[in-house]
Amino acid sequence: MYKYDEYDQQMVDTRVAEFRDQVRRRLAGDLTEDQFKPLRLQNGLYLQLHAYMLRVAVPYGTLNSAQMTLLGDIADKYDRGYGHFTTRQNIQYNWIKLEDTPDILAELAKVEMHAIQTSGNCIRNISSDQFAGAAAEEIVDPRPYAELLRQWSSFHPEFLVLPRKFKIAVIASETDRAAMRLHDIGIKMVKNDAGEIGAQFYAGGGMGRTPMIAPLIREFVPLDQLITFSEACLRVYNRYGRRDNKYKARIKILVHELGRDEYVRQVEEEFAHLLTQPIEPPLAELERIKAHFVDPGFDANASDDLDLTDPDFRLWVERNTHAHKQAGYVIATVSLKPIGGIPGDATADQIRLMAKLAKDYSFDELRVTHAQNIVFPHVKKADLYTVWKALDEAGLSTANLDTVGDIIACPGLDYCSLANARSIPVAQKISERFGSAERQAEIGELKLKISGCINACGHHHAGHIGILGVDKKGLENYQLLLGGSEGADTSLGQITGPGFTEDGVVDAIEKATEVYLANKEGEERFLDTYRRIGMAPFKEAIYG
Amino acid sequence: MKILTGNDLKTGAVIWWTGVGWSLDVNESADVGEHGAALVAREEGAQKVVAAYVVDGEKTGEGIRPAHIKERIRALGPTVRLDLTLKPSDPAAADWVI
Repeated sequence: MYKYDEYDQQMVDTRVAEFRDQVRRRLAGDLTEDQFKPLRLQNGLYLQLHAYMLRVAVPYGTLNSAQMTLLGDIADKYDRGYGHFTTRQNIQYNWIKLEDTPDILAELAKVEMHAIQTSGNCIRNISSDQFAGAAAEEIVDPRPYAELLRQWSSFHPEFLVLPRKFKIAVIASETDRAAMRLHDIGIKMVKNDAGEIGAQFYAGGGMGRTPMIAPLIREFVPLDQLITFSEACLRVYNRYGRRDNKYKARIKILVHELGRDEYVRQVEEEFAHLLTQPIEPPLAELERIKAHFVDPGFDANASDDLDLTDPDFRLWVERNTHAHKQAGYVIATVSLKPIGGIPGDATADQIRLMAKLAKDYSFDELRVTHAQNIVFPHVKKADLYTVWKALDEAGLSTANLDTVGDIIACPGLDYCSLANARSIPVAQKISERFGSAERQAEIGELKLKISGCINACGHHHAGHIGILGVDKKGLENYQLLLGGSEGADTSLGQITGPGFTEDGVVDAIEKATEVYLANKEGEERFLDTYRRIGMAPFKEAIYG
Repeated sequence: MKILTGNDLKTGAVIWWTGVGWSLDVNESADVGEHGAALVAREEGAQKVVAAYVVDGEKTGEGIRPAHIKERIRALGPTVRLDLTLKPSDPAAADWVI
């Protein structure tokens, strides 16, 4: 994985020192909150419902074990013994003290981490495929391109005060595991007819109160124009994106209102202009970055045998592991969704254990997924049972990946000052209602996503089943959506009808799964059946 | 009644105006009547509290209850981690919120 050079380290260290002074001045009364707020947000420090919340960036979701260990240590030393992995592959701490923040950032800097640009109207953490560098079907590892974009977008003076926040995802497989088309810019690395690698660009996607699927805006951008084209996309947005209304300020609104063709025309015009400017980094820089992402030293003779006589292990292998590009290895996903648990939360001990297992059994690498789980990308099959046993002893062996129990949920009104309703208790009740392995196996793949407000941090628009918490005259109420998807077949969920109480929405989901099971043909997933038979039978069962 | 809440500048902890200072316990809240805005300005200026605001509340047999669920969750703590709330030994504490 990428290692900081002296410039990277100096930038991060300088920012820590700068923020330390800003905190000192705030606590001394030399800065008002109005003056200080934009400064703390630029360093990932929010003021949430119960305390300050610190969001730490995990670039494209990739961590080494030293970084993961420190994340656990921070949870113990500065928080309340746990962290929350987010839907943008980051981690948040919910109980941070302002006076501790400079020390936390200094500790993060020692392991090449920071919280810069995890808030504010700037280009946020670049997200990517959690199976990057391990997936059998990927064209190329997307992370060097994500890293190049990270370096371009970090402290980019032109894009630090955009009309609104800006999120970029980079993938390189047909299987989209990063919700690429629901980002402000989605980039898919592709190979053209000549066999050259380049980037396919999508722009204007997003969730929130006005969900949009990003249209394709360019089939192929050569690697030596990647940054220049990105710059053109951002420049048009920065120039014409609305600053008068924050609810209409995202690029998706600009692309929608201009129309895809007019946005593309303006981008191409800007791109042609920028090609006359020497802004593209030399390809040698991309090659330098790529050198950090070479395959680890896989054992070419690793055995493909796997003893599956332990039924619990077998279930976990079937549900939570994926094929690796290297024979004798698998990609293993640790579900942070125990039955009745809080999606995405992990204790300090669990975080450190996962770090140790990654060091011992996954070439020192972990990934955070946007579905709030953790991945060991390179586990030798011969080591898999040992890894599973250790996870099992730590309460981390739930075999429910991509099933109804693998719920994405935002922190909701239990933690978030923007939320209208609680998300986590709903997730817990659904998880318990559908907790048995037999029930989850019967229902199969079902991606369920819950947001506690219209900002959609829980990706409810993209859930096969989505839930949106709203405030109805001071009471929590939950709208139900069906038919969303975030993959290569991205679609937006449709609201079933009137909302429900907390218990009512759990009952409604049960009825929806019964309709699915009664109408399922062959190997259809819930989503496939919904798309075939439409909303009507579900509405009839839910409201009839 | 009108009660005044905010977060402690240093720690971020949720605090409530008692009439003479700030408390972690909503039950110690004072009725600020029409003086909320002036108190917000004064207390924020004193660098003790941040993001202060006035909310409706009522005196009940169980103490002072903020009118909206958001402030009741702020007063108690996360309903999904009762061990981290102000009533860690009360398994029914979340009922007060709802």
